[in-house]
Amino acid sequence: MLQHLFGFKGGVKPQTNKAPSVQEPIGQAPLPARLYVPLHQSIGGVPNPLVQVGEPVLKGQLIGGADGWVSAAVHAPTSGTVLAIEEHVAAHPSGLPTLTVVIEPDGRDEWISCTPLDYRSLPPEGVREALRDAGVVGLGGAVFPSHAKLTAARSVAVEQLVINGAECEPFMTCDDLLMRERAEEIVRGSAIFRELLAARRVLIGIEDNKPEAVAAMQAAVQRLGEDHEVVAVPTRYPAGGAKQLIRVLTGKEVPASKRSTELGVQCFNVATAYTAYRALAYGEPVISRIVTLTGNVLQPRNWEVRLGTPLRDLVALGQPKADTNKYLMGGPMMGFEIPDLAAPVVKATNCVIAGSPTLFPPSPPEMPCIRCGACAEVCPHELQPFELYWFARARNFGKTQEYYLFDCIECGCCSYVCPSHIPLVQYFRFAKSEIWSREREKQAAEAAKARFELRNARAEREQAEKADRLARASTARSSERKPASAVASAAVVEAGVSSALASEPAVVSSAADADAQKKATIVAAMERARAQRAAVQPRNTGQLSAQQQREIAAIEARRAALQAESPLNTVTPPERAAE
Amino acid sequence: MIITLAIMALGAIVLGAALGYASIKFKVEGDPLVEKIEAILPQTQCGQCGYPGCKPYAAAISAGEADINLCPPGGMDGVRKLADLLGREVKPLEVEEKPKQVAIIDEATCIGCTLCIQACPVDAIVGAAKQMHTIIESLCTGCELCIKPCPVECIHMQPITENLDNWKWKYPVIEIKRAA
Amino acid sequence: MTHYLFILVGAVLVNNVVLVKILGLCPFTGVSKKLETAFGMGAATTFVLTVATGASYVIDHYLLMPFGLEYLRTLSFIVTIAAIVQLTEMVIQKTSPLLHQVLGIYLPLITTNCAVLGVPLLNIANKYDFVESLLFGAGSAIGFSLVLVLFAGIRERVEGADVPTHFRGTAIAMVTAGLMSLAFMGFAGLDKYQ
Repeated sequence: MLQHLFGFKGGVKPQTNKAPSVQEPIGQAPLPARLYVPLHQSIGGVPNPLVQVGEPVLKGQLIGGADGWVSAAVHAPTSGTVLAIEEHVAAHPSGLPTLTVVIEPDGRDEWISCTPLDYRSLPPEGVREALRDAGVVGLGGAVFPSHAKLTAARSVAVEQLVINGAECEPFMTCDDLLMRERAEEIVRGSAIFRELLAARRVLIGIEDNKPEAVAAMQAAVQRLGEDHEVVAVPTRYPAGGAKQLIRVLTGKEVPASKRSTELGVQCFNVATAYTAYRALAYGEPVISRIVTLTGNVLQPRNWEVRLGTPLRDLVALGQPKADTNKYLMGGPMMGFEIPDLAAPVVKATNCVIAGSPTLFPPSPPEMPCIRCGACAEVCPHELQPFELYWFARARNFGKTQEYYLFDCIECGCCSYVCPSHIPLVQYFRFAKSEIWSREREKQAAEAAKARFELRNARAEREQAEKADRLARASTARSSERKPASAVASAAVVEAGVSSALASEPAVVSSAADADAQKKATIVAAMERARAQRAAVQPRNTGQLSAQQQREIAAIEARRAALQAESPLNTVTPPERAAE
Repeated sequence: MIITLAIMALGAIVLGAALGYASIKFKVEGDPLVEKIEAILPQTQCGQCGYPGCKPYAAAISAGEADINLCPPGGMDGVRKLADLLGREVKPLEVEEKPKQVAIIDEATCIGCTLCIQACPVDAIVGAAKQMHTIIESLCTGCELCIKPCPVECIHMQPITENLDNWKWKYPVIEIKRAA
Repeated sequence: MTHYLFILVGAVLVNNVVLVKILGLCPFTGVSKKLETAFGMGAATTFVLTVATGASYVIDHYLLMPFGLEYLRTLSFIVTIAAIVQLTEMVIQKTSPLLHQVLGIYLPLITTNCAVLGVPLLNIANKYDFVESLLFGAGSAIGFSLVLVLFAGIRERVEGADVPTHFRGTAIAMVTAGLMSLAFMGFAGLDKYQ
């Protein structure tokens, strides 16, 4: 089928280095000794742990329930016992810990009973919920919960559904192998997405350096009798960026302020379509993913790895060469250096690259920007990285936003071409996280202010109500005095017993009087409290140890000191507590 | 001489009348500056500046009664922003700047006196009389106002540690190569 | 007609009030840290300066000159300018709070801007008539705004540059201003091609 292709501006053509890892089919990674499954593996709410320490779990059992709509569930990758729910180092550039469920496999790898869903008869809402509870997220690396992307915009019908098999990052081949080996499932998954979005066309975009994948997908589409269009797109990084692929396939440019659905397009990764189909047709939640292990290893290959497998165990499968000095998660363009190999494989782990000084030579020292504009030429979002860099470096964050910092997808093209070796993306990441943190602080301050004002308003209201109550009580009393002996209501007597003796039977409702009454009540209450305290003697002091007695003495001494300091302070608690 | 005085007096009267009329005609209610100052203040409502809350302090700054360097939770960053807004000189903080903190109640020691609940300006403490209290960490502004009233000294401040939610990318460090 | 054009262009470029006459340096260095404030300050000054030149012309010609009170010029001009500035501020605050926010405290500063006093005095020294005075006032103000905005743009960038520590801030700003002044000297030949 002939498909007119559009282009996107910018982009680079780094060495792809994809050949070594496609020689062998996808391998099944062995069961590790321990699995560390982080609860927070997607964008959005942190799932709540649903298992107890020591509890046996089955493969595919829900261990973290989705928290809110934008969140995705987490499941046990194998059967075994929950050893702990603790903080464990995360697969994150910071190397900071995150709440993780540690599972000791029992080796039986026993599935929980999986019930295939009759997704065709389910309402769309039910399918979305099922996807959320199966933990289906964008497996291209962004890990955005897929169900939340499966709603068409109200006003615009979805014209095209783009299935992203471009895989533009160098070294990475996990989607390539998935398309070669499991094309049918991907096509079926795409069909489900299409139904949910009521999309008119399905476009599967694959970079033209993967002819086998293109052929496999085309064959699968034909076999299944679908009318999806498999399109080979020119190989150019970052053709696999969602906005870039949409642009190439549909010619639509998604503006920063809009979602792609508002233009009638939606984009999913091939692996996402695959897991969605597995989740619905087989009832299998996302408990593993394909990870490319390549770089400076003897056996580069794609592995199907259980989520939670420590990276150390995964890396060992490839037999890293002796001069390996670092490991990258993600591709060389957008990935980050793994700070600790104890971190587990998560849903975002698409590729692990072993690095050596020869493979990734240390970047030469940063030189001054010469404003050559090379970065602006390659920027796929048509930004001006040299301007952004200038302002990010000067910490002029307002200006960076004026130059559309938040449109930057951190693809790394600018850093790649910079003749001065300036780590531009690092500056942009720095600026972004600074801006976010300031935004957080501002929001916290605003919330604090709102609560403070609410509290003040409440205090005022309560005071007014109390004064009002007392005033009413005294008027009621003074009017009741005439008809009969004082058979006033208990509350009224309680409220103003001391002042009642002193007050005149005349009309007493002025604010000043109410104030005086209030004071008198407080004094009375304080008296009562004092008497009560004097009456109460510690009862079970007979068999106290010397240690306990010492503690009591210390507390008594402190109390006495406080009492001496301000007598009111110590009297008020019981009084206020009684209010 | 008289003409000179007359002309000057005339000028003064005309201009004065025009200004007086304008000040009535173009009167603006409220002080927008106070709001702008308040937006910079961290809203801890801690009273460390000597004013009962952030708004009174903002009003005092706006009126020129208070200096801009009295807010320790705002830090030097806040002082700089205030100086920028008001065109005043940046001054070092009156008191030492502390890292961000939250209050933690030692729940075993707490006697449930509700004193800290009443002291908290932002309603960040929950609990009832004779029940153990606890601080909602995300709402705590670290103002330390709850520490003093506690009769059993069970509240302490804890610096906020770095976690995945507040972690930031660092400023790229430029490597300086040592001369051979 | 060309005569008026020459006055205008001359005031904007050739005899720039800041870089050639070296007047109004206080707001030039003070309000040039941010482009937005520089724009606001330029606009406010343009307005005030144009009005002030007109008003001072009227006062000088119909109030001071007939009575031979030229020695009161400085005094009466200052008072008039101050009143105009105050008036402008009040009107802006009421009609456009946004612009008032942008201008902030810089608006009252115009009172003490020596260019605002200097231009009316220069008008008299040059024996301009009313229209010429207005044109000269407006031209000077436009020149002031132009230079202020250019300078602010440069300073915003210099902020991010690797300036040696001891040159940071006002020092480098002064160097920049000096270079700009040199550049504007290049306009000096413009009127030779009459």
